[in-house]
Amino acid sequence: MSDLITINISDMRVSPCPAAFVTYALGSCIGICLYDTVTRAGGLGHILLPYYPSDNPNEQLYRYADTCLPDMVRRMEQIGAVRQCIVAKIAGGAKMFEVADDCAFGNIGARNIAAVKETLQKLQIRVVAEDTGLNYGRTVYFYTETGEMIVKSFAKGTTVY
Amino acid sequence: MTIKDLGQLSEMHIDVLKEIGNIGAGNAATSLAQMLGRKVEMTTPVVRVLDIADADRALGGPETPVVAILVELYGDIKGIMMFVLGNDFAKSLLKSLLGEEDVDCLHLSEMESSAMSEIGNIMIGAYTAAIGSLAGLTIKISVPAVTADMVGSLLTVPAAEMGSVSDKIIFIEDDFINASDKITSNMMLIPHLESLNKLMNSLGIDL
Repeated sequence: MSDLITINISDMRVSPCPAAFVTYALGSCIGICLYDTVTRAGGLGHILLPYYPSDNPNEQLYRYADTCLPDMVRRMEQIGAVRQCIVAKIAGGAKMFEVADDCAFGNIGARNIAAVKETLQKLQIRVVAEDTGLNYGRTVYFYTETGEMIVKSFAKGTTVY
Repeated sequence: MTIKDLGQLSEMHIDVLKEIGNIGAGNAATSLAQMLGRKVEMTTPVVRVLDIADADRALGGPETPVVAILVELYGDIKGIMMFVLGNDFAKSLLKSLLGEEDVDCLHLSEMESSAMSEIGNIMIGAYTAAIGSLAGLTIKISVPAVTADMVGSLLTVPAAEMGSVSDKIIFIEDDFINASDKITSNMMLIPHLESLNKLMNSLGIDL
């Protein structure tokens, strides 16, 4: 088994097969696993927010769903992936706190999920598995060789997708 | 000049924040001691502007289980305050308050959760009241929300909620040392950048 590549917040990496990725403790953030079902090239991104702020052009691309994913796909294509063969598995987007007097608080998770799905749709990439929403933190492991996404949490234990 | 990014904070700004942390936490420690009916000491706060990833490392790694109490700040200062307690600290508090022996921190009962919420309310209220009177500002707080989970998944919440322009947070680490056990916890103040500027201005600090 190859070494585990750790993806921090607002980070993204791609690799030819085989590769193993991990991103720890997703809250309202989303971990997006992409892989080519034929070449098994794959990658993992960890976004914090939905949309790149147009009024602040010096931002980090990988922090936002709508700028991280197109670049991720481009980089995968550079290492031999074919767009039509790329599929996605996503996890995260939880609502970690219930603030009683502000029901809008915590909606960022839901907005992140929507933005990720919208961006993937624009890129014509199908979401084949997801473990999103609810109210708990998740750690995501992703193995490009098998395409398996493993989600670990205190609330639900370990689930393989 | 206004601060647009936490990376712009100078040594002097950090010193001011340290003093704010000191005053706020001093008040919070007093109220914690009153609640527990015993002595609570406090170390000098450490103020750091950290990447979220480094902040969770400072708290024992991203997957460390913690209990976090979060309130929203509104009024003159907008932002979030979080009180993050290691499980040992949470257990010790609940033992003192409710007489419960071995609390399962990941599955708090309604009573335990509401006790944590009250602890947060009192401590964060004391903290913000001290800062407010120092700066001549009114800082109001929401009803606290309590969550027990991986510390990493909780630390990103303030940054994400406030549409932060960076992955950095001001991490004001106040260790509360319970006189009988040496257990620690952390108070975190995460102001909106606009409010941070307002706070500095109210204190007469040149930006």
